Amino acid sequence: MMRTFMITDLYFLLYAAGWTVIITLVSFCFGGILGLAIALAKLFGGKIPRLIATAFVELLQSTPVLMLLFLSFYGLNYLGFRLPPFIAAGAALSLFAGAFLGEIWRGSIEAIEKSQWEASEALAMTRFQQCRYIIFPQAIRIALAPTIGFLAQLIKNTSIAALIGFVEITRAGQILNNMTFQPFLIFSLVAVIYFVICYPLSAYSQRLEEKLNASRSA
Amino acid sequence: MPVVQLNNIEKSYGTLKVLDGISLSVESRQVVAVIGRSGSGKSTMLRCINGLEPIQAGSIEVATHKLLPGKKDLRELRMEVGIVFQSYNLFPHLTVQENITLAPIIVKSIPKKEAEQIAESVLRQVGLIDKLHKYAHQLSGGQQQRVAIARSLAMQPKVMLFDEVTSALDPELTGEVLTVMKQLAEDGMTMILVTHEMAFAREVADITVFMHNGRIWEFGPSKELFENPKTDELKLFVAASR
Repeated sequence: MMRTFMITDLYFLLYAAGWTVIITLVSFCFGGILGLAIALAKLFGGKIPRLIATAFVELLQSTPVLMLLFLSFYGLNYLGFRLPPFIAAGAALSLFAGAFLGEIWRGSIEAIEKSQWEASEALAMTRFQQCRYIIFPQAIRIALAPTIGFLAQLIKNTSIAALIGFVEITRAGQILNNMTFQPFLIFSLVAVIYFVICYPLSAYSQRLEEKLNASRSA
Repeated sequence: MPVVQLNNIEKSYGTLKVLDGISLSVESRQVVAVIGRSGSGKSTMLRCINGLEPIQAGSIEVATHKLLPGKKDLRELRMEVGIVFQSYNLFPHLTVQENITLAPIIVKSIPKKEAEQIAESVLRQVGLIDKLHKYAHQLSGGQQQRVAIARSLAMQPKVMLFDEVTSALDPELTGEVLTVMKQLAEDGMTMILVTHEMAFAREVADITVFMHNGRIWEFGPSKELFENPKTDELKLFVAASR
């Protein structure tokens, strides 16, 4: 049955946008925990943790997130583990976020000059104290801009969850389009909503980067 | 009893022997200058004393602590040894005050109030009490280096190491740092300084050590060493640095 786009459909889109935000935040949180573990394993871990972390990152960065999603949804289903779409998509996106955040944070920690480690070591600080008081506070400033930039990427990437039937904003757009067949209107609206969420993040990330560059050249 | 004692220490990078059996004994309140060409091992030797560079043979004693090859936990020893680097290495995200109080608070568990009093007293010593709440990038190179000296002093070390601390400074800024170091020497601090400032070594150091090829080539009371070098290498070096 065909019908035209109504104002209540806009509420449906906004409601679905809420799920886009929720799944982004969930994968960002779990991805963040994983990313921290990866960064620490690569920087301070023994041979085995370092190898596992490196292999994980290489694998994730060289395959589309979509394959990961299909594996966690259809693949596990085939093996008898039927994950709800939200969990399957959340897991795939968390692994994806973990790999990228891990690399961003490792790079930020490595960007701190060796002399900072030496100076704090010479003051008899433990390795933990060096990280806690000297290295991480400086690394966080470097990491902030690319991390927020990645968050914007992650929001857009959650659209793949539409393919396994999770009703986030892209999937909501598809459903509405099937009912109204007004693709230009609907997908433009969807795009605008993505833009409204992502643009402030990208802009903020760029501003942070400029500020950091300015304070470094000062 | 010596504050610092190096017993026949050795260190190599691959097949290159950078320290080839160094023995040195520094008494309390003594000031020892270490001179020599680049690559003679003088900075490496200094950095071995607080374990920033591991040694492969021999032993190092600082106060009551002994450092042997392969020893991992060096915190007790490092609390007794202050070091000042060529490139200052202040913590850029902390104020001058926080730079100075951080280690006393977290390493020595000194109450914050007390640590702040220490910070004020060491900053007065280096003449920078008015910079208490500034950040490193708001200071000149000479001022940063004086804060770095104050930061080390706040740990109340038994010996202070100086690793070419004026080499990165513009000539007009070296004076203020050398003045602070001279005052420190007069106050009775035990000091070992690697330096290219020959005039300073001659005037302030009780003993000067000339290093060559990873060995102590010649050493003795500073004036005597500079006036009557015995080896050809030191004669050449002293002549070249005039």
